[in-house]
Amino acid sequence: MIIRLTKKNLHVKAKELKTDVAVVKDLDISIGKIVDKTWEEPEGPTPFPSITDLRDWDFKLLNRYKPFYLPFCDVCCLCTFGKCDLSGDKRGACGLNMAAQQSRIVLLACSIGAATHTAHARHLVHHLIEKYGEDAPLDQGGLNIDIEAPVTRLVCGIRPKTLGDLEDAIDWAEREVTHCLSATHTGQEGNNIDFESKAFHAGMADQVGMEIADIAQISVYNFPKADPEAPLIELGYGVADFKKPTILVIGHNVPSSIGIIDYLTKKRLLNQVEVVGICCTAIDVTRYSTAAKIIGPISWQLRYIRNGLADLIVVDEQCIRADTLEEAQKVNTPVIASSPKNCLGLENSTDKPASELISALTEGKVPGVLIFDPDKVGEVAVETAIAVAPKRNKFSILPEVDEIIEAGKACTECNECRRACPNNQPIPDAMKAAAKGDLNPLAAILEECVGCARCDSACPNDFALHSFMVKAGEKDCWEEKFKMRAGRGAIQDIEIREVGGPIVMGEIPGVVALVGCANYPSGNKDVAEIAEEFAKRRFIVTTSGCAAMSAAMVKDEDGKTIYEKYPGGFEAGGVLNVGSCVSNPHIAGAAIKIASIFAKRNLRANYEEIADYIHNRVGAVGLAWGAMSQKAASIASGFWRLGIPVIVGPHGSKYRRMLLGRKDKEEDWYVYDARTGDKVYVGPTPEHLFTTAETKEEAMVMIAKLCMRPNDTTKGRSIKLTHYIDLHKRYYGVMPDDIHLFIRNKMDIPLMMKPEILKILEEKGWKETKIPDPTLLKRMIRKKVD
Amino acid sequence: MSAKAEPWQTAEIAGPQKALLIMKPEVVVAMVKRAKRPILVVGHLTTKNDAENEKSIDYVIRLSKATGIPVVATAHTAHEFVKQGFQPAASMSAMDIGNRLKDSNWNGLDGKGPYDLALFMGLPYYMEFVILAGLKHFSTNLKTISLDRYYNPHASWSFPNLKVKDWHQTFETIINKLGGN
Repeated sequence: MIIRLTKKNLHVKAKELKTDVAVVKDLDISIGKIVDKTWEEPEGPTPFPSITDLRDWDFKLLNRYKPFYLPFCDVCCLCTFGKCDLSGDKRGACGLNMAAQQSRIVLLACSIGAATHTAHARHLVHHLIEKYGEDAPLDQGGLNIDIEAPVTRLVCGIRPKTLGDLEDAIDWAEREVTHCLSATHTGQEGNNIDFESKAFHAGMADQVGMEIADIAQISVYNFPKADPEAPLIELGYGVADFKKPTILVIGHNVPSSIGIIDYLTKKRLLNQVEVVGICCTAIDVTRYSTAAKIIGPISWQLRYIRNGLADLIVVDEQCIRADTLEEAQKVNTPVIASSPKNCLGLENSTDKPASELISALTEGKVPGVLIFDPDKVGEVAVETAIAVAPKRNKFSILPEVDEIIEAGKACTECNECRRACPNNQPIPDAMKAAAKGDLNPLAAILEECVGCARCDSACPNDFALHSFMVKAGEKDCWEEKFKMRAGRGAIQDIEIREVGGPIVMGEIPGVVALVGCANYPSGNKDVAEIAEEFAKRRFIVTTSGCAAMSAAMVKDEDGKTIYEKYPGGFEAGGVLNVGSCVSNPHIAGAAIKIASIFAKRNLRANYEEIADYIHNRVGAVGLAWGAMSQKAASIASGFWRLGIPVIVGPHGSKYRRMLLGRKDKEEDWYVYDARTGDKVYVGPTPEHLFTTAETKEEAMVMIAKLCMRPNDTTKGRSIKLTHYIDLHKRYYGVMPDDIHLFIRNKMDIPLMMKPEILKILEEKGWKETKIPDPTLLKRMIRKKVD
Repeated sequence: MSAKAEPWQTAEIAGPQKALLIMKPEVVVAMVKRAKRPILVVGHLTTKNDAENEKSIDYVIRLSKATGIPVVATAHTAHEFVKQGFQPAASMSAMDIGNRLKDSNWNGLDGKGPYDLALFMGLPYYMEFVILAGLKHFSTNLKTISLDRYYNPHASWSFPNLKVKDWHQTFETIINKLGGN
């Protein structure tokens, strides 16, 4: 007899139960939960895993990819024992050393990120159940999608069919995030590698939380469902008709934006009011209605608000500037806050009559209101925008050119602005030029500006330097009109069937995921350039979030963006936007589905085996070129546990640690050959699990290199090496010095480069090695060994 | 030479253990001469023109030629070295060289033993900041010098925030005193 307390509910199974009065056979009782008896796939070893269930797997990865810690400062200031100086080999008052403290910060970041997405999912599912009922079916793409929630299947061991089914997985994610966060308390975890393992766990919970949020909204809001031909939507500063009243939505959690579209539709006002968005809520509202438009990524917030183009701003949650209300007040734009996580100090007016709120906002009696009911947000936002627009008359606080010139003359070039600028932009030099009437240098800085406005805060003369840049670059801003493919959602099973083999064999050289925020070292264009480079090379290029927007913000000579030039399918040379931040699990899900659909591996609660499969076979790499947030940290962490390497841009070096392989240590790169049990050297494939690229050129070379996997066939490896060598030669001017580490036998050598490479192999004393059936898990060896 | 022992990026505060200020070029000269196993880590910003229309990679090449200190080129900096006919000892990412320098068992690019002095130049300020922090806390017997014109407090030694002209002059003196031209 088995009595199993499955995480939340009681589940009792008995093969044969004898009592004085009866014999019961095959008893299966669940209290509070329905067991999926129609699912023939056997349950794997880790359903609803605890914080330590996958620790052994984590340790395997962390033994190969050891942390390199990068402290911001010497101290810990998290409790009243401190501050504690942790420099050198000192320990804090609690006994923690610097390595553990840095890994603790990583865990904190990942827990914050996972909590944010999971709470997002909780809110969304709760709202949708309230509105559509718990039996509302999940639909990710009809008959094209059989594996509807690959991450949730893999991690939790369930296959949700309705909105209500999602709650078990959210319960699990919430519980695990709480455990992860609790481990960061003073006097809890003390070992850095265990902190790292818990950070992986938080990342895995984050993947579940994100997947739930997206599959719920795709199903109920009827977003594009795994659609390679999702509509092309408008994006850019100049796409809206600003003669119309304009509503700007900012954030990530879309119901309030949908409330606006629904109200406009109901009142037949869609053609009379512009709805524009910034950040992921913009992506998601355009998945709902092509009438909505995207202004740009997160860094576009201030420039847009200060230009006075929005007649009303609706904020929901995540990545919204904390000073939105203050900035909006400067241009007489009312604000509606709509999330319990971001109340902005406003009175909760959810229960007040809409007419009262519209009147208060229109007459300027209050700068903003807090409304938790998305439908009421819709009504109040639309009616207020219509009423306010003529009064505001697009009032802007952008300065006149004369003001900038005068400020330029008064600037003392104290450098405080430059020292505050994350990208060390030469603002004082630009002000000097402005004093002479030349605003071009200020406009050039706007091109690379992340929109933080720390320069404004730092200026001792209180010059609104960011506004100066926006004014100087205004003409270029107005010309920003691009097309981006709307977020398509999941990858179809049939797409996986077609490319699974070529990916695992290495013949499609890799899957590149361009994800994350817009904290770029030098503007949007780098992402577009990287995306196009790999699309041309016939990698599969996936995008999401702000990176998906940035990829659209460059046009070719024919005026086309990459989304117009490349197909939107999961195929060689495809460029597909999966959607917003919470759509990232569709990328992980594609890798997971390859293991299931192509390799027929069981997914159900079978995390370790599938992660091992992906790590050794699926040449996928994430690039978060502008990663900024804790959410980006947890998203990356979810990929790490699956064994998928992630590269961040230079600002990502501030995440406190990298996970780096050492290609010079041969002993680190052995795997088991599952066929024989032999240990086989496979080279540094992939070399790192988490690293920073200093430049876009380096990022491109790294991507090509990190796509190599032990399982590559000789043809596949040869193709991958061709891309790596070609990019290396282009950007570094020379042949890579580690080429011998990736060649198993002479068939791996790209044909056109054979003489050159054979010479190198001879110089390096290269020896041929086997191509194994690779695994890091001893239990996967099919032949019994000692 | 103006001296201001404050981090160039205002908020990049290091904590109790801050870099010693290099007020005279002779300090660098003495450090290099004293070092048994020095190494230069050179980032891509050395390939950009500065306010005086010079590229600091030229100083790196002259310094390396004068002293024989091996150069590790990070990111795609190697390309500029190659264009100038100079062969760096290695090309690897900034994180990779940082990670190796942290390891007291790493015997260096030539296998002859750990380095005792790492001179950094041309990485983005904030990236160099955290790599130097990693080395400060986790390397043993390695000293670091930031040769950039900004005070970088996680180094063992750093220049103060310098004007471009002063920085150039400092390099000229260092190279000259180390026997270069």
